[in-house]
Formats: sequence, structure tokens, C-alpha cells
Amino acid sequence: MKRKLPNTTSKILPAVAVLLLLTLWQIAGMAGMISEFLLPSPLDVGKAFVVDFPLLMSNARVTLLEAFVGLAVGVLVGFMMAVLMDYFEWLYQALYPLIVLTQTIPTVAIAPLLVLWFGYEILPKVILIVIVTFFPITVSLLDGFRASDKDTISLLRSMGATKLQIFWYVKFPGALGPFFASLRISVSYAVVGAVISEWLGGFNGLGVYMTRVRKAFSFDKMFAVIFLISGISLLLMWAVNVLQRRCMPWEKNSRSER
Amino acid sequence: MAELKVEGITFAYEEEPVIADVSMELHERELVSILGASGCGKTTLFHVISGLQKPQQGKVVLNGQEITGCPGQISYMMQKDLLLPYRTIEDNVILPLLIRGGKKKEAREKVSLYFEEFGLEGTQKKYPHQLSGGMRQRAALLRTYMFSRDVALLDEPFSALDTLTKSEMHRWYLDVMDKIHLSTLFITHDIDEAILLSDRIYLLTGKPGQVTEEIVIREPKPRKRDFNLTEEFLSYKRKILGKL
Repeated sequence: MKRKLPNTTSKILPAVAVLLLLTLWQIAGMAGMISEFLLPSPLDVGKAFVVDFPLLMSNARVTLLEAFVGLAVGVLVGFMMAVLMDYFEWLYQALYPLIVLTQTIPTVAIAPLLVLWFGYEILPKVILIVIVTFFPITVSLLDGFRASDKDTISLLRSMGATKLQIFWYVKFPGALGPFFASLRISVSYAVVGAVISEWLGGFNGLGVYMTRVRKAFSFDKMFAVIFLISGISLLLMWAVNVLQRRCMPWEKNSRSER
Repeated sequence: MAELKVEGITFAYEEEPVIADVSMELHERELVSILGASGCGKTTLFHVISGLQKPQQGKVVLNGQEITGCPGQISYMMQKDLLLPYRTIEDNVILPLLIRGGKKKEAREKVSLYFEEFGLEGTQKKYPHQLSGGMRQRAALLRTYMFSRDVALLDEPFSALDTLTKSEMHRWYLDVMDKIHLSTLFITHDIDEAILLSDRIYLLTGKPGQVTEEIVIREPKPRKRDFNLTEEFLSYKRKILGKL
């Protein structure tokens, strides 16, 4: 009982804070303290969301598709890079600085180039998302692989395990924790990356919708789409948590023990 | 038939000699302790015998076959239990069988027979962190046993346990040893433990470490519970203390 209490409060407190903030915002809007044209009230945003719901959903479908394809390829690329770089030390030496360098490239700067090179369809968007998502995956997996216990590896070697078996029984499961932590980051990067690349060229998607309503100065719709994007990111992060609990049953056990 | 011979092992780590000309024998169903202070090269010796490291000189012979530098022949249990935290006890124990290419289901069936014998019944589906230190050590030992029924190297398996758990584990170990036929080389720095468990004791001393004495404990097995309170026990202890 005692252990449950802080848990429920920890869920109630942020909810109360958000509600309070929204109420304050609503009151400030109704009292005329802020111009409704520049900052629409939460209720107006809600109204815009309901009115444009079908349009938002059809655009969200496009954005989500890009994000998923990009993330899937990014995770795959990140995973393969990490495995190869862990296996071949020289590859690690050669590629690690290069991989860090890819993260210093400003996304917004290369997105228009990607559009010029690969057109207005899904391809440039997926490429951009791959560039931003593979990095956290590669780095976390590499760290996870390298942090594996030396004695445990010796033990498996003494049992006659091959390098592949050591990877499968020790290194891979040991890197799952860092992997999921980075997947949570990559998921939100993927959604934001999709939106940014849509700003800079595309026919459909939440980014395109956003550009359109901004140009029309419909700030209520603008906020509606911002909230939608946040909501999607949160939902996906939650999905990663569920997946993690499924894939790492021992973690749940150790938490309940404490 | 399990017989292990270690002949003239010399091992140096980066020009620094760790063990010099170490020879020993282990016969069927024997428990032989290697007693020595920390830093005299006991663990290095085990790394060489298990095949993890190649000695500069000497060879390791198991049942007449030379296995120097070939891991996968002798089971080796290290100081820490090294149970994988993300595998259940059962799945930890079957690991050596899986590494040899066994099927998961068959391996589970095979190990299930031993859980009771090792005093581990009911722990199959638990994770290592849910078990006490003594139980984890038992599980690690069962895993070692599943790897090889011939020869096991145990590197201070009980050193991390508190005194009470330790003496309980000693009794348990002698019981289990009576049921299963394992020849064991046992590293320890605990003189009482060595006398209590062993058929013979090698003293490893100096730097680089060398075998300076072989002591035979002539107390029949299974040993009485109060063996460590008898006059014979104390005379062995006095003898060893004089040599160290």
C-alpha cells in the first residue's frame, strides 16, 4: 500500500499541472489578456481539432508512414552498424568519428538538398529520418555490447562458445536496456524528422498541413496540429515502453522485488 | 574415468612470471584444493587449465589427451556466480548444453532431473536476483556440472558468502559430491575449507607461484559434521600454517 502511494501521486501531479496551465491559458484568453489571433485559447484549439479532424488524420497517416519506414530502416542500419563495428575493431576506429560527424549536420539544412536530389515523394523523407534515427541506436548498442562483463565472456569461452554464441547469449541481451532507451529517443526524432522534411517539400503530411495553415494565419489549427504531433510522439514512446516490458521480462521482476 | 594431469606449467604475463613449473594431478572422484595467498597465480593457473590462456611452457592432459589451450573440455566456475541476469535459473543452467548445440526443450528436460539433487527445486522459473547468494552459487555449480561430468575447476566458489551460509554450503557440497561423480580442482585461500573438503591439498606459494607442498587428508568421506573440531583437523591446520 505504502509503495503504491507515491506512484499514484506521481501520475496525478503532472496531470494537475497540465490542467492548471490549460485553465490559466483559457482564462487569460477569455479575459482578453492575450490576443486571440496570436495565441488562440485551448478551447479554440480543441474546436479547430474537431473541425479539421478528417484532414488531420489523413495527413497524419502519411507522416506516420514516413516515420515508421524511416525508423525501421534507421534501426536496421543502426543495428547492423553496431554489430559490425563491435565485431571488427578496425571498422570501429574508422567509422566512429564519421558517425559522430553525421550528427553535427543540421537537419534543416540538408532537407532541401535531399528534396532536390530525391524529389517530393517519400524517399528524401525516409533518408532524413534514417540519418537522425540510426545514430542513437548505433551508439547505445555499441556501448551496451562493449559494457558486457569480461568474466562472463571468459566463462562462455571456457564452455567452448563461438563468437556468435557469445554475442547471442551475452552481448545482445545485455544491450537491450540501452537499445530501448535510444529507441524512445529515435521514435520522437522520427516523427519530428518527418514533419521537418515535409515542410521543405511534399504533397501530403502533417508538415505540409502545418505550412498551409501557417500561411493562412489559422493559428488555432496550427496549435491543433502541434498538439497532435506531441500526442503521436507520446503514444509511440509509450508503445516502446510496452514493447520493452514484453522483451525484457526480467526487468519487471527486478523492479517489483525492490 | 577422469584424470587430469598438469605438467610443468609456466606462465608469464607481459614478461612478468606468474606461475613457474606447476605440476599436479587429479584422479577420478577426487577433490583437490589449491591453497595459497591471493596473488600467487591461482586464477591464472585455472585460466591455463581451462584453456582460456596458453602457457609458455608445459601441458594440460585430460584422460590421456593433450588439451593445452583448447577451451570447452573442462568446466570452470569462477569466483562470482556469473549467472546471466536476463535468463531464468533453468535457462542459465542449460546454457552449456545450448552452446554444444542442444535443443532448448530437451536441455530443459535433462537439467530438470538435477534441480532436486542440488537443492534447487522450485527455482527453475526464477531470475538470479530473486535468489539468495547461496542458492545462486548452487545454480552456478549445477551449470558447471551440466557442462562436464568429468572435471570441474572451482575458483573460490564460496568466498563471497557469509560464514554461516558458507558452512551450510560446505555440508551441502559434500552431500552433493557424494551423489554425483565429479573430480574437482578447488581454489581457496581458506585453510579450514581446504581441509574440510579435500582429499589432497597443494600449497601454491611465492612469486611466481610454485607448488611447494602436497598434503594428503586421510579422513574418510563422507566426513563427520564435527570434523573441523577434532584434533586431527587441528594437526593438519598446524602443519599447513607451518608451511605457508
